Amino acid sequence: MKTVTIDKNAFRRFVDGIIKQQRVIGVCAKGDRFDFEQLESADQLRLDYDVTLQPPKKYFLPPVETLLTYEVGDGYKSVYDDTEFVLLGVHPYDMVALNQLDKLFTQDNFDTHYMKRRHNATIVVCDVISPSKNVFASSMGTATVKDGFDVLLTDIGNAFVMESGSKKGDSFIAKAQDVVDSSEKDLQARHKIQAENEKRLNNHKLKCEASYLPKLLEKAYDHPVWEEKAKTCFSCGSCNLVCPTCYCFNVQDDVNWDFISGKRQRAWDGCLLDGFTKVAGEHEFRKKRADRFRHRLYRKCKYVPEKISSQIMSCVGCGRCVGACLPDIANPVKVYNRLVDDLGIK
Amino acid sequence: MCERCAVEKDIYLPRLATLEKKRLMNPTEMYLRLSIDDNEPFDFIPGQFVEVSIAGVGEVPITISSSPTQKGYFELVVRRIGNVTNAIHRLRIGDKIGIRGPLGKGTYPVEEAKGKNIVFICGGIGLVPQRSFINYILDNRADYKELAVLLGTKCMAQRFFHSEIDGWSHRNDIRFMETVDQADDCWLGNVGVVTTLIPKIETELQSALVFICGPPVMYKFVLMALQEAEVPRERIFMNLERKMKCGVGKCGHCQINNYYACIDGPVFRYSDLRIAPEAI
Ligand SMILES: Cc1cc2nc3c(=O)[nH]c(=O)nc-3n(C[C@H](O)[C@H](O)[C@H](O)COP(=O)(O)OP(=O)(O)OC[C@H]3O[C@@H](n4cnc5c(N)ncnc54)[C@H](O)[C@@H]3O)c2cc1C
Ligand code: SF4
Ligand code: SF4
Ligand code: FES
Repeated sequence: MKTVTIDKNAFRRFVDGIIKQQRVIGVCAKGDRFDFEQLESADQLRLDYDVTLQPPKKYFLPPVETLLTYEVGDGYKSVYDDTEFVLLGVHPYDMVALNQLDKLFTQDNFDTHYMKRRHNATIVVCDVISPSKNVFASSMGTATVKDGFDVLLTDIGNAFVMESGSKKGDSFIAKAQDVVDSSEKDLQARHKIQAENEKRLNNHKLKCEASYLPKLLEKAYDHPVWEEKAKTCFSCGSCNLVCPTCYCFNVQDDVNWDFISGKRQRAWDGCLLDGFTKVAGEHEFRKKRADRFRHRLYRKCKYVPEKISSQIMSCVGCGRCVGACLPDIANPVKVYNRLVDDLGIK
Repeated sequence: MCERCAVEKDIYLPRLATLEKKRLMNPTEMYLRLSIDDNEPFDFIPGQFVEVSIAGVGEVPITISSSPTQKGYFELVVRRIGNVTNAIHRLRIGDKIGIRGPLGKGTYPVEEAKGKNIVFICGGIGLVPQRSFINYILDNRADYKELAVLLGTKCMAQRFFHSEIDGWSHRNDIRFMETVDQADDCWLGNVGVVTTLIPKIETELQSALVFICGPPVMYKFVLMALQEAEVPRERIFMNLERKMKCGVGKCGHCQINNYYACIDGPVFRYSDLRIAPEAI
């Protein structure tokens, strides 16, 4: 696998060339903020962004997607979305999140709907240039990423270092003209940026090692913090919606006008929403807001990492939920630090 | 193209099954006998469930109520309570429905239970899943020691499986005890909640495997009674019901702390649930 350097003008021409050939989704400005959008020209691409409004998970697990179509009495047919695309400019913490989703959707039972999209994607990660207001990826060990990407891009000033991480990445890079093998100096420049990011993407500082969180939570189930925080929770589910590692969904049937055919769809759901665990007959297993609030923070740093045996937590420190929560209670670091203060380490 | 996508089946895709028989057993419970249309195997272990699809209405998890010793068809009992279950009640003989499964890795411990005394404690519709293993034991009777079945039903009108239960109470290789919470004058049997039957069990409890299934409120009381009887947690098993949307460990709805009812259950060993306060 190759590591090359490409000057910024050549990179722009390279991206324009790819846009002509296939669907390219990249990070664009949206007012004074940023989000992923389909690119029409490389000029729209903003690799200096701080954080995107939405995480990239929607390209693999869309907010609403059709799983099956049916005809009454005639059975069901799988529906797949089979178009190749390039996802350009994913930040390392979001790549870590996708790596976790990959494990979750292939573990126990293989989800062909998610995985088809995943395999149709060429993911180009770019190292962070402008830290967002709420990022804390350094605390979570997700400020840089070592695997999962097809291409890793680092802005070293007047050029990008492009490293391939897969066969798809090799063929992507092979399409670029005017590239040179990265010099030792370029690689050092990249190393410096990555080493700095591992420290500076830290606007909320976790008071313990991230890998200690499952142990910390083991002792914290009945701590008053859940009630205290959840007192002002709207159960709006925004913290679920913006999270790159939230993947819970609902499944529903939709009937066509002929009343014979229709489709089965899945749509994002959120464990903070009232009714998430409600069964027929009105019984609800996590009825209290505090129970649902606790569940999300246990999923992020205990249940899910333990499920996929991951040293890295499922809160990847993107900070999106911090900004999305109106009553300002969703910040995971504030909750975990409070637990460290009260329960200590060890 | 992903190699695994090419070979893996769509976990959300139902197969078709045909409704062969149906019978309303009481005002709310419908008995259904179904057979799978294709020739692919449909092998299950007692405790496993299927996702039943009614096109245009939705999908619901239902435990297989028949024993795997009965081949060529399987039986379900469905309580009418919401959209899909009501649609199931409206099905006619010969209708096609979608089936996914059998699902669930947490099943009855068919092998572990061999050579042991077995006690089933059922609350109302909780008899339905347990019936698969009860009938399995009856079909392999020599493999198991004493067998006791306790059934508590809310009221007389909710009783079901009359002839099958009648058959059990006349056999001498199964001790069947029944109670109703509220009785009328015609009822000659026990009155009271199911826990009142526990002291009447003659089977030695401490060495028995005990299986509990019933409405959520029942578990706490039964577990308290079993604790008093000094049954170790390792020998107590529970069917846990949770909201399910996928049945395959993805959608998150059925999660009980670290566990997923759909893949780790629906049958759980009580001692495994020590780390899952949400279970009870
Ligand atoms: C493992 C398992 C085994 C079950 N076995 C049986 C059985 O043998 N017989 C029987 O009558 N019932 C059984 N149930 C309960 C049955 O699944 C619910 O009564 C049914 O889902 C209600 O759906 P509905 O569409 O009629 O109700 P609605 O209120 O319209 O429900 C809407 C949707 O929510 C979900 N949902 C609602 N209630 C439940 C619930 N209790 N459990 C799981 N999902 C739910 C379903 O996806 C359902 O389609 C079982 C549940 C589980 C989890
Ligand atoms: S919990 Fe919040 S900070 Fe952590 S990954 Fe999810 S959205 Fe980002
Ligand atoms: S975003 Fe805040 S208010 Fe909304 S559900 Fe999450 S914690 Fe509650
Ligand atoms: S039902 Fe979807 S995870 Fe268990």
